[in-house]
Amino acid sequence: MTEKRIRLRKREPLSDTQMLMFISIGIFCAMYIGAMLTLGGGFLKPQQIFDLLNDNAALIIISCALTIVMIGGGINISVGGVIGLTVMACALFLNGNSIENSALSIVLTLLLALGIGLGFGLLQGFLVAHLEIQPFIVTLAGMFLARGLTTILSVNPVKVTHEGFLELVKTKLTIPWLGYTAQNGNLIPAKIEIGALVALAVVILMFLQLRYTKLGRSIYAVGGNRQSALMLGINVRSTVFWSYVISGVLSGLAGFVFLMHKPAGNASVAIRSEMDAIAASIIGGTLLTGGVGNVIGTFFGAMILSTIQKIIALSPLNASWWQEMANGAMLSFFILLQSVVLMRKNRARAKKRKEIKEKEKKKDES
Amino acid sequence: MEDGIVLTMRGISISFPGVKALNNVDFTLRRGEIHALMGENGAGKSTLIKVLTGVYEKDAGSICIEGRDGEANIHSPQQAQNLGISTVYQEITLCPNLTVAENMFIGRTKDRIVRWREYEKRTTEILDNLGIPARASQELSHCSLAVQQMVAIARAVDMKCKVLILDEPTSSLDDKEVAMLFKLMRELKERGVGIIFVTHFLEQVYEVSDRITVLRGGELVGEYLVSELPQVQLVAKMMGKSLDDLAELERIGQKSAAGEETVYEAKDLSSAECRPFDFRIRRGEVNGFTGLLGSGRSESVRAIFGADQVTGGRVTIKGKPVRITKPHDAIRSGIGYLPENRRRDGIIADLSVRDNIILALQVIKGMNHPISRAEAEAFADEYIEALQIKTASKDTPIRSLSGGNQQKVILARWLLTHPQYLILDEPTRGIDVGTKLEIQKLVLKLAEEGMSVTFISSEIEEMLRTCSRLIVMRDRKIVGELTGDELTQAQVMKTIAGGEARDENE
Repeated sequence: MTEKRIRLRKREPLSDTQMLMFISIGIFCAMYIGAMLTLGGGFLKPQQIFDLLNDNAALIIISCALTIVMIGGGINISVGGVIGLTVMACALFLNGNSIENSALSIVLTLLLALGIGLGFGLLQGFLVAHLEIQPFIVTLAGMFLARGLTTILSVNPVKVTHEGFLELVKTKLTIPWLGYTAQNGNLIPAKIEIGALVALAVVILMFLQLRYTKLGRSIYAVGGNRQSALMLGINVRSTVFWSYVISGVLSGLAGFVFLMHKPAGNASVAIRSEMDAIAASIIGGTLLTGGVGNVIGTFFGAMILSTIQKIIALSPLNASWWQEMANGAMLSFFILLQSVVLMRKNRARAKKRKEIKEKEKKKDES
Repeated sequence: MEDGIVLTMRGISISFPGVKALNNVDFTLRRGEIHALMGENGAGKSTLIKVLTGVYEKDAGSICIEGRDGEANIHSPQQAQNLGISTVYQEITLCPNLTVAENMFIGRTKDRIVRWREYEKRTTEILDNLGIPARASQELSHCSLAVQQMVAIARAVDMKCKVLILDEPTSSLDDKEVAMLFKLMRELKERGVGIIFVTHFLEQVYEVSDRITVLRGGELVGEYLVSELPQVQLVAKMMGKSLDDLAELERIGQKSAAGEETVYEAKDLSSAECRPFDFRIRRGEVNGFTGLLGSGRSESVRAIFGADQVTGGRVTIKGKPVRITKPHDAIRSGIGYLPENRRRDGIIADLSVRDNIILALQVIKGMNHPISRAEAEAFADEYIEALQIKTASKDTPIRSLSGGNQQKVILARWLLTHPQYLILDEPTRGIDVGTKLEIQKLVLKLAEEGMSVTFISSEIEEMLRTCSRLIVMRDRKIVGELTGDELTQAQVMKTIAGGEARDENE
């Protein structure tokens, strides 16, 4: 009995999800430390990390939105479009409404953002889950719809003039002890924007949601094997439906966060950001085939992408094409690394199984 | 309802476009019995199971379950589960990316929040209780197939199921694992679970079952006590014909002799999956690779066909050296290969029967010489007729055919290319007795016409009947070659077991 208890307590081998997540965390750390050593400068200050978070809060949120549907075996490429639409709609609403209470006006704007996301989520979820249309097509259509609506709302850029909101944009959490002393002797504290905090909260909430709730586990099950999930008594349709709803709402939220970072609407806001989000998910260890991945990995995936961006901006190669190529190379490298690691792991597993079998055989013979 | 009966199905009928799949079938299951459901492919076993589990809607008939008044309404697998009907399918229907404990509990707890610790504790209890060698926190994909299946059964049992359906549970297990499964089945029987056992293995039916229900062509043949139905009669009832066919085959098998010319020869052939081996086959010869599951017999023929990455060796065909590194090379050299895993490597599920048949020939002709529609139609007609493939039409997608008929289509695909050397890996797995005989006969006929055939089967009797030379493998190595008088079951067993094996009382 004691032996059994020890056996139970023994750590299980890493699951694919954990393995891929650790790889991406490892690469992020290696890259960041490498940047600290070679580029120095900003990378030596803690503010650099916060800047990465501040600048990419919306990307982190939509990456989570993508991870959720990808674990369920789907895809959602409308996230960028929804950000664009939300930003434009919120900017117009903030400027145009005549509500005197500025807090109420901001809350209503937030609700508008979430509502737009929810609308897209519900519609896409319904089409994918209940009418069983290919998620790629559904969300591609969603993307076009969102971009089209954005242009209908306003062809021209819209700057937010609402004072309460601009106040909110300027609000930053300061952490003096992580700051640094500037050349003129002033202490400049580290600053985090509200959006970055929201993004971190989303990552944590989505992690818990995926790990500990019935819906979260059902999403993994559906992504792992849809037919099995059905046979196990999981309501596959509703699981898929809700994964798109969550994804949609997160996209709306990401739009609001984007507006808090750059308070202006524009027809080309967050254009192609869905591709970055897909890349972040994959680099973070989410498999396109579904069933494997988690948002912690995705978070680091997004951080890796934004670190590359920073590194290239600071290096002599500062040009957008270099960055694109670096992203592409990174993505390919990751996919390659993932498949190598998984292959080696499976091979090791098969070898171990064989050894156990041989041991048993020997036992039988003696 | 009569005492001790947990399930009655009365007058079940269902039709699909063009086919009456079940016609007025009755089925009764008692508490604590293992009830085998037997029949050839297409006899309606799977259909009956699917009606019972709510996958198909029946056209007529009634289902009654113990403890419920009146007819049970079953429209989905979930409803069936709620009524205490659980199914463990041939393909594992658990999620490989979740842990054992999660697979036990997902989809049936009301908890909105997952309580990992409790699930793992309860799972450990259940696994210990049933003697299943798995850990609760293990990812399911880390377990062997047999254990995965047992986890599926444990799940069903823990859901207080009254009716447990095991659909071909043993087809991918080796002997030891089968024994483990049977132990578990008997254990459950003691606890009063009614088990419906669907299988193709006759011996297994006689080993564990109490009662047998036989279906044929969608109709009920009858329900028998195992002790009152000899094996021979069971086969006769399943096939609806006498057993003379078997005897006839035995005679043909023995007289089939090979020519002198060597058709295919390999020296030190090795692949990523198998060790170097030598092999040759003569014109008109039927030989076989035998050995336990995993001994490397399939891997060897895959190397011959270039289906795995070939790592070395010299190959000659009719004396001429050739390089075969991918299936395309093999096909163009006149080798055909019917793969072990029909669903994965054989059929293209959504293509029609006709398109599946012409596939290999098209490869030989190359992309620039498309086979015309008229030709394709003619080929399809010819082989559907010749092999008696049961299909609604030649435009029917192959996936809607029964397993045996799909196998015939793949066979037709290769026959159409007139290969000089045909490799059949488990052509008779999972198909019914009648079709098995047809395929064996066909193999012998082809050999007589001069084709060389390698035939692999898990059923040794079948190989003894058809092959004139048997290559025995153990641990991925060829350990013996048997011909002529050595072709007896005892000798094969001895060779497989190896020199150091204990002498059994023979």
